[in-house]
Amino acid sequence: MRPKFEMLDNALIERILAEAFQLIKDPGVRVAPYVEDLLRGVGIPVKDGVAHIPEPLARTALQSVPREFFLYDRNGRPAVHYGGNHVHFDPGSSCLNILDPQTQQPRPAMTPDLVRLIHVAEVLPQFAAQSTAMVCNDVPPEIGDWYRLLLVLWYSEKPVVTGAFSAYSLHTLIDLLAIESGGREALRRNPRAIFDVCPSPPLNWSEFASQNLVDLARAGIPAEIVSMPLAGATAPVTLAGSVVQHAAECISGIVIHQLAQPGAPIVWGAAPAIFDMRSGKTPMGAIETAMLDVACAEVGKYLGLPTHAYMVAGDGRVIDAQVEMESGMSAVLGALAGINMISGAGMLDFLACHSIEKLVIDAEAIASAQRLLQGIEPRGASLATAMFTQTGLAGDFLKLKETRALFRQEQHFPSSVIDRGLPQMNGGGILDRANQRVEELLSAYKRRPLPPDREEEIIAFAEREGQKFGLKRVGEILSRVPDFEGAPF
Amino acid sequence: MPDDIFSLMRDSIIAGAPDTATYLARKAIAAGTAPLDAINNGYVPGMHDVGEQFARGQMFLPDMMASAEAMRAAMAVLDPELKKLGADRPTSGVVVLGTTKGDIHEIGKILVGTLLTAHGFQVHDLGADISGEKFAAKAQELSADIVGVSALLTTTMRNQKTVIEALERSGIRAQVKVMVGGAPVTRRWAEEIGADGYAKDAMSAVALARELMNQKTGPRTPEPIGSGKVV
Ligand code: B1M
Repeated sequence: MRPKFEMLDNALIERILAEAFQLIKDPGVRVAPYVEDLLRGVGIPVKDGVAHIPEPLARTALQSVPREFFLYDRNGRPAVHYGGNHVHFDPGSSCLNILDPQTQQPRPAMTPDLVRLIHVAEVLPQFAAQSTAMVCNDVPPEIGDWYRLLLVLWYSEKPVVTGAFSAYSLHTLIDLLAIESGGREALRRNPRAIFDVCPSPPLNWSEFASQNLVDLARAGIPAEIVSMPLAGATAPVTLAGSVVQHAAECISGIVIHQLAQPGAPIVWGAAPAIFDMRSGKTPMGAIETAMLDVACAEVGKYLGLPTHAYMVAGDGRVIDAQVEMESGMSAVLGALAGINMISGAGMLDFLACHSIEKLVIDAEAIASAQRLLQGIEPRGASLATAMFTQTGLAGDFLKLKETRALFRQEQHFPSSVIDRGLPQMNGGGILDRANQRVEELLSAYKRRPLPPDREEEIIAFAEREGQKFGLKRVGEILSRVPDFEGAPF
Repeated sequence: MPDDIFSLMRDSIIAGAPDTATYLARKAIAAGTAPLDAINNGYVPGMHDVGEQFARGQMFLPDMMASAEAMRAAMAVLDPELKKLGADRPTSGVVVLGTTKGDIHEIGKILVGTLLTAHGFQVHDLGADISGEKFAAKAQELSADIVGVSALLTTTMRNQKTVIEALERSGIRAQVKVMVGGAPVTRRWAEEIGADGYAKDAMSAVALARELMNQKTGPRTPEPIGSGKVV
């Protein structure tokens, strides 16, 4: 039996949905001019930039969303299964800072940091997907969002959770993906990436977000709605009220998306948080935040939709017991809730900071959560009596052939990050062990090149786009791999 | 007797009780208390206390919002009385606030605006995704003392510089102080783009705004709270 964690019963989910349908009709949802005609075209009234969406139309849109779909790796293999109770993890996205591996102090993230993170996440089986984890501060901000994706596609074969920072840059990102996939059609058929798109709470599909939804739907590239109610600040203070708002934001986003292209893949995603009333911060590691994540996903599952949530992130500013307690707890809750993609590992300081050392520690929490999901299996005709028949009360279980045959299935063996009393552990702290593990993983990484013509095309793309902002030789840094040091410009 | 009523006024702000604040303001006026005395000896010290409690982590935001509401209620009674005397409400300064072009984050900026208002500044919040020209036009229209620009994205931070350039173009850069903030913003960045100050959080923003006003007009507000820095 697979263990499961639920926060809501069906009656409460029905109430949540009933209120969500009520909200998208009245007061309605703020939308951008970009989508007004699309909405009016099916008879949705839009007045003063506010769409009043009737429930039956919303339900039709919900019906046309694919119940499942895949993201593919570079070799065209399905590697992430959105839908049902499949659970995957990817590192958190778009940090501002990184904890410096030497000083453990936050500083702006640079290209070598992102490359190291990609290498580590590539080797760790716990991560089914990469993310565009950092915005590199050693390149001009104008190229910030496609440059991250460029590095991920260059160094990784895994699917990618990404996102655009503007309506315009989305198209640059899509162009880049299309080159890597071998054309627009190939990308549509076997999408390698999914794009996070955030409504602005409460109930506002901004110009940027509306446009991203429509353009992604038309390009056939999966979109992941990352609705972010902040309970008490930009959403009702009650957890149930925030879940209602989340549902209303997702449903209205789905309406826009499905009107642009019925049947295009989209995910019911969430990055809710409570709003800390003392500091005004948005704690990702608070238990109420995890409760919101699980509840939001449950509503999506009830509608039969693929799900996502932002978990496994802590709020302390250094790697300590607090951030790991927060990250570990939410990894377990997210997995038990059967959320399809759980983003956030490696992050701390309210999603502002990444740490590669934390990423490898979180990977251990994730591995434990993955073990937990396998549950307790009855193996063989008897559970225990057959083994007792062999050992009697002497209890020599270590000698039994069943022990040898089954211990690998029963026990998960964590990496050297977790102190299980092995002689080589020497009593160092978890940060030392994480540092060592990062080095091991970095040496285990080996880049597999793309076909030469694609590499050339990617480099040409980087040169072309870079030159738009007066940058020369952006492509050159890709050949200075894998362990170049220092700023590329 | 006035001392008692002043301390009740202060308490009405700390308790976030607009009805009491209104009642006390009316009572003071009826008893012949000068409106400026009520403001300076009753209500403002209440707000100051609230700010200090918040800075120490001892006050919750919804309670602080209620305090600001109580302050507004008291001022609704006292403002017309000041006008009758031909006086203006004492203001700590006029601030035009907004988030840069291309950026839709605004919670931090709203918090900064709330605290500035609570500390006597007149704040005009332009909202999010605001162009340099809009900042400049509003600052000109209101003869603003301070322009406050928030940015939360690495990609939109540079638009803080665009605001400064727009202020220069419209010829009012010398008359306004520019303060910047937001998660990716640093003091170094503020220096680089020629801003007058950077604040890391809302309380520091209040301290910074006061400091900038002191630079403009000489000291006139209580000592700063927090750690906003002038660059
Ligand atoms: C004038 O003087 C001053 C002085 C001080 C000033 C000041 C001005 N302004 C702020 N301060 C200071 O005082 C305030 C009070 O103490 C503080 O303000 P803060 O804003 O820092 O703090 C607030 C009180 C609470 N904090 C916040 O409100 C921000 C929290 C995080 C999680 C966040 C949120 C909530 C949101 N987001 Co966004 N978001 C993140 C944020 C992560 C983070 N830790 O910053 C960040 C900033 N977001 C990010 C991203 C990527 C995005 N977000 C987006 C959208 C959103 C929401 C709409 C969902 C929502 C904002 C809702 C709203 N109405 O504001 C998108 C932006 C689109 C756009 N063009 O703007 C999108 C691009 C995601 C997408 N692909 O759709 C990341 C930035 C990455 C980067 N390197 O630039 C990010 C760091 C999270 C992450 N890791 O992904 C101080 O900075």
